[in-house]
Amino acid sequence: MEERESKKETFSDKVWSFFSSIKLAIVVFSLIALTSIVGTILEQNAAPEVNMRVLSHLVGINAAPMMYRILNAMDFMNMYRSWWFLSLLALFAANLLVCSIDRFPGIWKIVKAPAAPMPPEAFRGAQIKAEVKFAGKGQPADVAREAFKKIGFVPHEHSSGDEVQIYTQKHAWSRLGVYITHVSIIVIMVGAVAGKWFGFKGVLSLPEGETATVAYRDQQMGSQAQADAQQRLMDLLEATNSNLPQLASALNVSQSQLAGIMKSLGIYPLGFALRCDNFNVDFYGDTDQPKAYKSKLTVIDDGKEVLTKQIEVNKPLKYKGVTVYQSSYGQLDNFNNGVAILDAKGPGGASETMRLKIGESIKMPGTGATVKLVDFNPALAFDESGRPYAYAHMMNNPAVEVQINSGDTKAYKWILKRYPQTWSLGDGSILKLKEFWGVQYTGLQVRRDPGVWIVYLGCLMLGLGLFVAFFMSHRRIWVRIVNEKGGAKAIIAASANKNRYAFERQIEKLKAHLAEGGK
Amino acid sequence: MNSSQFFGISTIAYMVAMAIYITYIAFKKKGIGVTATTVATIGFACQTIAIILRGVQLHQVMGAGSSLLRALPITNLYESLIFFVWCLMLGYLIIERRYQNRSFGAFVTPIAALALLFIEISGASNPGFKEIEPLVPALQSNWLLAHVTLSFISYSMFALSFSTGLMYLIVSTHKNEPAYVFWTVGLGIIITVLAAMGIDWFRYKELGLTSENFVKSYLFRSTFRSDSGAVQAFSVLLAGLVITGVWYFGAGLKKVIEGFGMSAATLDEITYKGIAIGFPIFTLGGLIFGAIWADQAWGVYWSWDPKEVWSLITWLVYAFYLHARLLRGWRGHKIAVVSVMGFVSVICTYLVVNLLLSGLHSYGNGQ
Repeated sequence: MEERESKKETFSDKVWSFFSSIKLAIVVFSLIALTSIVGTILEQNAAPEVNMRVLSHLVGINAAPMMYRILNAMDFMNMYRSWWFLSLLALFAANLLVCSIDRFPGIWKIVKAPAAPMPPEAFRGAQIKAEVKFAGKGQPADVAREAFKKIGFVPHEHSSGDEVQIYTQKHAWSRLGVYITHVSIIVIMVGAVAGKWFGFKGVLSLPEGETATVAYRDQQMGSQAQADAQQRLMDLLEATNSNLPQLASALNVSQSQLAGIMKSLGIYPLGFALRCDNFNVDFYGDTDQPKAYKSKLTVIDDGKEVLTKQIEVNKPLKYKGVTVYQSSYGQLDNFNNGVAILDAKGPGGASETMRLKIGESIKMPGTGATVKLVDFNPALAFDESGRPYAYAHMMNNPAVEVQINSGDTKAYKWILKRYPQTWSLGDGSILKLKEFWGVQYTGLQVRRDPGVWIVYLGCLMLGLGLFVAFFMSHRRIWVRIVNEKGGAKAIIAASANKNRYAFERQIEKLKAHLAEGGK
Repeated sequence: MNSSQFFGISTIAYMVAMAIYITYIAFKKKGIGVTATTVATIGFACQTIAIILRGVQLHQVMGAGSSLLRALPITNLYESLIFFVWCLMLGYLIIERRYQNRSFGAFVTPIAALALLFIEISGASNPGFKEIEPLVPALQSNWLLAHVTLSFISYSMFALSFSTGLMYLIVSTHKNEPAYVFWTVGLGIIITVLAAMGIDWFRYKELGLTSENFVKSYLFRSTFRSDSGAVQAFSVLLAGLVITGVWYFGAGLKKVIEGFGMSAATLDEITYKGIAIGFPIFTLGGLIFGAIWADQAWGVYWSWDPKEVWSLITWLVYAFYLHARLLRGWRGHKIAVVSVMGFVSVICTYLVVNLLLSGLHSYGNGQ
């Protein structure tokens, strides 16, 4: 940051002083902040009509299409991944690094320098000055040493002629706090880049009972050609049963080339198979307030089931460097493959678990009545005329309609999972709906990020660096012991590079110890 | 008594305390000052009880066995604004003790009052939106406590330095200076926006909207966005008059604040202290803890969500403040303007993002 004194600046000097200039810092700071604001107003990665609406609000309906074209050409609709925004971040990192390197030697000298006595004439110019008479019985030098120790400093001593000087310093290294902070930001950026480079972030919609070996990129493919290529590769994957070595040899490429192709097309092999055994939403009491989204997942590695875990939001599954997060869910359109899981119990008998699809029948234990599953509703409610309808798009209140045939009588009845009073069939037997399985899918976020630990290391450094930079200070104290007619007195000089207020209170304590020491 | 009654008492106490603090400045009688502090402390105590009671209720709603750490009632706009006021008053009462100066209260209690007023006129306290709601799955994490409390502590530190920074500008600028225009126009805009929001609130409160829908669809519909062109023109004219008025009579406000008996240097010092404490807390609690939590809940520690971007902008503004002050030795108007801009960015991060922009942080509007 300082002006460089050389007469002839070489090219590399010029580059260096460009990157270390405070002007660059200000320009980059402002550009990042200002362009970021635009990126929060325009929704990122949204459908064109969303931002057209935003723009018509802002600039009027006539100017909006033009504005949209301009902003779109400048990548503002996906700006945080655009080349110019990433360049700004890179410039920011370079500026930070060069500025720190530029200033580091000067600070390092101060940090390394051992505590040293101060020439008597310099005492007048000190940041904090004080004088105090030794009123206690002790030897002034002993008292001063004790006083230093009492406020937590290690005393050093220097005598010249008849004058003794006690001096000390503490936390010189705290001047490095600001460098730890600056470096930590670069570490975080390195971690982020490493994660992008060596890892992936994909999504996976997994219906109950199904298995997947790859996740997909969240965003839409850029071009139709890419989308087609992705589809072809997915078909091939299916054809080879996700056997990557086999697929590589079929395509006549090496395995690492295949990995590169897959990544560029937004297909990420997990390295194992993942099966969704079950998905469920828990609600608070009888309300429709979701309490938990739960997916029971099984990891199948090398043909063997190695791990089964129930994941929730905030409770992901980790296996072989891949983390699987609960992120969304949904319902399939077709209920015909769904299986109702029912507990059937005859009068006085034990309960039996039954599984049946729509159209299938079972015999109730005990009574021998036939129960046929005729309908399913994910969120049952009845309208004014008593007709059933689904009040929500999700499985908020699953219910099945059964036809009960006992003897000649035929009756229809809705059985609701949430309400036990609907489980009784009237003849003493009970049919409890435990679940309707196979019609929901779980939306998973799947990630491999080897850089995340570097990011966390950077965060730790950032926290520590800021603590040191703001709450610790390099404190120095010098005390000259001068003999006068009325007794000895201490002339104090002290300095702290920040938090002077707290340091002054410490000096007040030192003064009290000096005045009363040895009493 | 239940939590809303205690909230009611604390709101009244803060309003009364505001009036007494202002009276105290006018008369400088110690008795008045002590009364102001007492009333503010009572308000703070009632608010503390109310927050605890609400936490207990939330814990009951969440059901047996739920973590006590997650029963902190800061899960919607209403609760978070109240928590913000609580942090602000706590910070103020500590500073009052430490600096033994009560005049400052006349500037902090109005911020508390404004926040409480905002709760009303933004519809955050409409029936249906201030009820205790159990936590949605994404919020069920122990990071909630660390992330949200530290964020709000830093917000209130920034609010303190905003108020001292603004006071600094008021006492140290003269009519022909740019910084004078900056604070008078800024204050004029704040008054205009709040007044316009107040009118909308009176007109549309029957609709019982959420704050988000109210702001998105009805904000300024009675004034600047009215269907009638005449009303629009009149509103703009009136706003212009208000802003010009603040600019013209700004010197009067200067006299009032000079009466606080705080030197410009002290104001500058407190502004810096507020930021020096708020910045590391914001970095740790807001950015780092937020990133760790997002990583756990969504599998992305940073997703350029509007809330995250605005936090980053806020962070950059305050980082700029610190570098300009410590490295370039900026003092006076320039640095005070930066501290005010920083808080404008905080307001954007906290309110504008939640009310106007979409994103992951819309206070539990689904998964």
